[in-house]
Amino acid sequence: MSDLLVTASKRRRARTMGIAFLVFAVAIAGLFGRGIQPGQQTTFVFQTSRDEVVAVGDLAVATRPAVYLTALVTAFLGAWQLARGFTRVDEVLGIVAGLFVVAFLTWAARGQSMNVTGLLKSSLLRAVPITLAALSGVLCERSGVVNIGIEGMMLMGAFLAALIGSISQNVWVGLMGAMAGGIVMAALLAVLAIRYKVDQIVAGTAINILATGLTSYLSSRYLQRNGALNSPPTFRPLALPGLSKIPIVGPALFNHTFPVYLTLLLVIGIQFMLFYTRWGLRSRAVGEHPRAADTLGINVFLTRYVNVLLGGMVAGLGGAYLVLSSVARFDELMTAGKGFIGLAAMIFGKWVPAGALGSSLIFGFADSLQTKLAILAVPIPSQFLLMAPYLVTMIVLAGVVGQPHPYSFS
Amino acid sequence: MAPVLQLKGITKRFPGVLANDHIDLTLEEGEVLGLLGENGAGKSTLMNILYGLYTPDEGEIYVRGQRADIRDPNDAIALGIGMVHQHFMLIPVLTVAENVMLGMESLRYGVLLDHASAAQRITEISDRYGLQVDPYAVVEDLPVGIQQRVEIIKLLYRNADILILDEPTAVLTPQEVEGLFEVIRSLVAQGKSVIFISHKLREVLEISDRIQVLRGGRVVGSTTPEESTERDLAAMMVGREVILTVPKEPREPDEVVLHVEDLYVRGEHSKMAVDGISFDVRGGEIVGVAGVQGNGQTELVEALTGLRPVEAGRIEIGGHDVTHATPRIITEVGTAHIPEDRRSDGLVLSYPITHNLILNTYYLPPVARGMVMQEDVIRERAERLVAEYDVRTPDVFTPVGNLSGGNQQKVIVARELSRDVLLTIAAQPTRGLDVGSIEYIHAQLVRKRDEGAAVFVVSAELDEVMSLADRIIVMYEGKIMGIVPAAEATKEELGLMMAGVPAAELGDAAASSRVSAEASGGAAEPLHKAH
Amino acid sequence: MDKNAALEAAVEKRPARQRRNRAWNWRGLLLPLLAIVTALIIGALVIVFTDESVYAAFREGVGRGFVQAFTVIGRAYGAFFTGAFGNPVQIVSALASGNPVKITRAVYPITETLRIATPYIFAGLAVALGFQGGLFNIGAEGQYFIAGLLTVFVGYSITGLPQVIHLPLALLAGMAGGALWAAIPGYLKGKTGAHEVINTIMMNYIAFRLAEFLLDVGGPMARGDGRPVSPEIQPTAYLPQFFPNSVALRLHVGFLLALVVAWIVWWLLYKTTLGYEIRTVGQNPHAARYAGIDVPRTILVTMALSGTLAGLSGATDILGVLHFMPNAFYSGYGFDAIALALLGKSHPGGVVLASLLFGALRSGARNMQGMAQVPIDITSILQGLIIVFIAAPEIIRMIYRLRQPVEGEGAAISLTRGWGER
Repeated sequence: MSDLLVTASKRRRARTMGIAFLVFAVAIAGLFGRGIQPGQQTTFVFQTSRDEVVAVGDLAVATRPAVYLTALVTAFLGAWQLARGFTRVDEVLGIVAGLFVVAFLTWAARGQSMNVTGLLKSSLLRAVPITLAALSGVLCERSGVVNIGIEGMMLMGAFLAALIGSISQNVWVGLMGAMAGGIVMAALLAVLAIRYKVDQIVAGTAINILATGLTSYLSSRYLQRNGALNSPPTFRPLALPGLSKIPIVGPALFNHTFPVYLTLLLVIGIQFMLFYTRWGLRSRAVGEHPRAADTLGINVFLTRYVNVLLGGMVAGLGGAYLVLSSVARFDELMTAGKGFIGLAAMIFGKWVPAGALGSSLIFGFADSLQTKLAILAVPIPSQFLLMAPYLVTMIVLAGVVGQPHPYSFS
Repeated sequence: MAPVLQLKGITKRFPGVLANDHIDLTLEEGEVLGLLGENGAGKSTLMNILYGLYTPDEGEIYVRGQRADIRDPNDAIALGIGMVHQHFMLIPVLTVAENVMLGMESLRYGVLLDHASAAQRITEISDRYGLQVDPYAVVEDLPVGIQQRVEIIKLLYRNADILILDEPTAVLTPQEVEGLFEVIRSLVAQGKSVIFISHKLREVLEISDRIQVLRGGRVVGSTTPEESTERDLAAMMVGREVILTVPKEPREPDEVVLHVEDLYVRGEHSKMAVDGISFDVRGGEIVGVAGVQGNGQTELVEALTGLRPVEAGRIEIGGHDVTHATPRIITEVGTAHIPEDRRSDGLVLSYPITHNLILNTYYLPPVARGMVMQEDVIRERAERLVAEYDVRTPDVFTPVGNLSGGNQQKVIVARELSRDVLLTIAAQPTRGLDVGSIEYIHAQLVRKRDEGAAVFVVSAELDEVMSLADRIIVMYEGKIMGIVPAAEATKEELGLMMAGVPAAELGDAAASSRVSAEASGGAAEPLHKAH
Repeated sequence: MDKNAALEAAVEKRPARQRRNRAWNWRGLLLPLLAIVTALIIGALVIVFTDESVYAAFREGVGRGFVQAFTVIGRAYGAFFTGAFGNPVQIVSALASGNPVKITRAVYPITETLRIATPYIFAGLAVALGFQGGLFNIGAEGQYFIAGLLTVFVGYSITGLPQVIHLPLALLAGMAGGALWAAIPGYLKGKTGAHEVINTIMMNYIAFRLAEFLLDVGGPMARGDGRPVSPEIQPTAYLPQFFPNSVALRLHVGFLLALVVAWIVWWLLYKTTLGYEIRTVGQNPHAARYAGIDVPRTILVTMALSGTLAGLSGATDILGVLHFMPNAFYSGYGFDAIALALLGKSHPGGVVLASLLFGALRSGARNMQGMAQVPIDITSILQGLIIVFIAAPEIIRMIYRLRQPVEGEGAAISLTRGWGER
């Protein structure tokens, strides 16, 4: 009997999913099928420059049929889900969301062209600081310390990258300075949270306030008066030989500045270290059940300290990226919430580095979409597009942190 | 031959309390030492000192004749001392191998975790001592009895010769307890020495070679199983004559108050924790639920009190259908609930006694008029209840977190049982309490039953259930194995049911286990244990 | 699982914790006082270390250096004091002389302090109420802006109403806006367990963008004269001034309203059933459920009330001071409010006192920036330090060699329960 009950609720969920897919299909047809001139075409461009080894031609599709086709495929998926049901429904949901986005892009760029490779590239670029923030969160939280202060650590990193980079006129020194700044702020968090047992969110908030205050104060005092202190050099893009010529994805993935590559390496590295090395096992043990780890002789305090400091370093790196790979100067409050979005990416990615990268890419995509759409003169005010990453964050948090569970309380 | 372990004059003070008072303790090689004591007697503190989690203020430790300075668990482990804690120190999301090797991981190429060699070593240990377990299983999927094996393997993996087991039988069925005893005998036969901490007198008598009793931080008795009885031991533990039975007059039950029909309740991990049970509880009777923790009792109580959704089935209290009712409605219908976890569910530790006593009546007149709370009524009520239920406290404004466990539970009991209710649900009501409080709470529950309320008690202590209840329900894996009148039940039969043998099949199984029942003596079973 | 589970020893009893205490007794006042003093000292060091004139003086000689350092500090904090409270001598002589111009100039600082403290009181109450309910409302700033938008809209778009109706209506609009903006994260927390810290911060950014859209030149609520501001509100929606004849003195009735509201919040929290529910959910949500309290609903109500208070901070600023709404900018307001709530130990009385302090800090800092060239961000640094010292009292105790108190600090409100289900 109990098996029947379990199946019954599974069937309900499956049905809801199927209906949701159908709703998506209708939305696609209804929203993106309108306003299309007869015979209009959308051109998808797949290169950023004209010198790829294998040039992939542009793909021009007739807009209206393309949109309807997408709607049809989505509807088919919905019907299949209702009739037979997919075993991996969540993945199909991802596909449906993807189709929705594709249809949206097709409609938005009707009569014009849309540079897909460029979009991919810019998504990755905007995902980098979020990824670093998320990685910082993963490192800290896996060992049991909630780190709300990532925003402050990134800000400090950005500030020091600009200042030290300007003074030394050397990107690498600036980078080091940024990471040092992140470590210092993280040390404060660690001392407060681990040694003095301050509530971790209060401690993180204090870090944010201090970092905001210090960087703004020092920026007014020094950087704004003396421009030479706020003009650091930047990283030049480094095209990986061979790889960057791969059609479509080459320019998007393999023609970036050093910090971007470093970020991708960090994702792989931290993922490996967390799950395949002794340090990772101990860190996870300390995060899951510190008392148990203690009885086995593991130094819980030390493990947490190390992880938090590493997290600070990574967050500082994120701040440095904003300055040294991008705008080449420090503006007050320039992190604009990326530290918090990174936390959302971490949660969405289930506290796993690879997942954090994936969800950061989604956020980065939402962010870069906003610029693209402004260029395409899509009739939505830019401020609403700017809201996109924040709305996505909230939706992600709501959907991910458990199903609605009115009876349990973490 | 020097004893393998000697503690001399161990003293440990905490602010306001002398936990260990010049304790001397000796452990010979190859023996099982039973360590008895109430909660708060100081046994856990002593063992934590031995294992390096605390440092003593005074006293010395000698391991195999050598003076030992144990500052942290690493020192203890290096000396061959290992401890299995009462609450398991296992990390649920990791595998057995990962849990076992944590802290002394085997590495490949100096960096990578080497699960294979750890698994191999675990298998060797398993075979040698009879502790079968799958090294690659994830701990949270394992039943509690197997988890305990993992804990023991952890010690043996580190070549522990001195093993400390803290209340190891709390989570086992009687049959599993036998299995554990066999493992202990096997360990001892191979030269290990064991300290067996428990409050279960019968088990201590069965497995120990020697027994030491702690009370109030001191050793008050040193004896052997041959020289003492349970009654002697209980008296030593508590310091006075202990009444080992619950005084209870027989009573005819009244109408059905609690009616449960075909109940299904979902637990963690989408499993069905309560898997189709039906029973009734009448006014004027005590129904006890026996069963090892983790067989659905917690979820059952949560469903009955509205704290967990019901998947299917029906619950009626006093004739009202409360299957999907909120906790408030269930309370208003006339239910009292003494929760399993008093500190997290039953009390707000930072609130004063006054505000804890109104936890479920704060919105009703006369405690509140409309939205405004009446402080004088609250204070008056608190003073009355504190006096009536003998809560030891400086005043009614003391934060409840400052009270002892027994007094905290008395606050809850005062709150719940002073109401005029049809049904009293008590989950693990005497867990972790001193003897005096236990006797008191039992008396209160019996009083409620005599007044005509239906009383539903869930307890992991089989003896408590057997002495308190009029009828006993045994649960196993979410199902009812049997409902028997307490007067007719034997421990062996209940034990079999707790292990999954339905009442109908008891005949054959009981016959074979009757042999061991004779062996443990057919004299009046002590019905009331000191903890 | 509580991630902050530090290594507590298993068996021991904790030392006798707090007796039933008022949140404010003299000993309880000592620590916040020391925290503030220590923060000011460190702030002084920051000022000194970033002042070129000090370095220049040190180059001339150590003695000159120290003299210059103290001069700089003296000038900075002197400017701070007169900016916050005014010059006592000047006040007395001005009052004696009866000259309105002189009086205005003399009492200007203190009126500014009180005026600036007004929105702080509301915002601090908002966060404090959240804390009491176990919730971390960082969205005070976003709620301020949404409330401001609604208030200003009611203020300028409705004409012909007498003040006795228009003013309360505008206030209510602000309260509703703040309540709504906070209720959304509150609902999400109750329904899905999503942590309100991130969601309120996200709502902040959304609010800024929304305000930007509405108020930017050409936006639906923009004045139309090329400035990114809203139209002026009708005079019938103004909050009455204390000094209606003076342009400079801008202290308005909102200050009194803040004090009244603080009392109401106190009464609500400690004398009513709703307050009992809120505090119980904050102290122990498990026990709250057991007690029959509808926890998600209480969370929603707590957040909504918190948002209402934050909304009042925006509404009173607009109706009492600005009389229109400029385009939003992020000023760290929400984080200030957190410091206030912590300083005031989440008790309404404490919050009022802390807000007065912060009002003094802000108005003093403005003067510091103007007269002593100290960037105004020094306030954030001071705030961050104060939070650190309040949250970790052992640091202060260590510095000043205070003995461990027999009574502990107020009931610790632990907000770190992880991000929801893992």
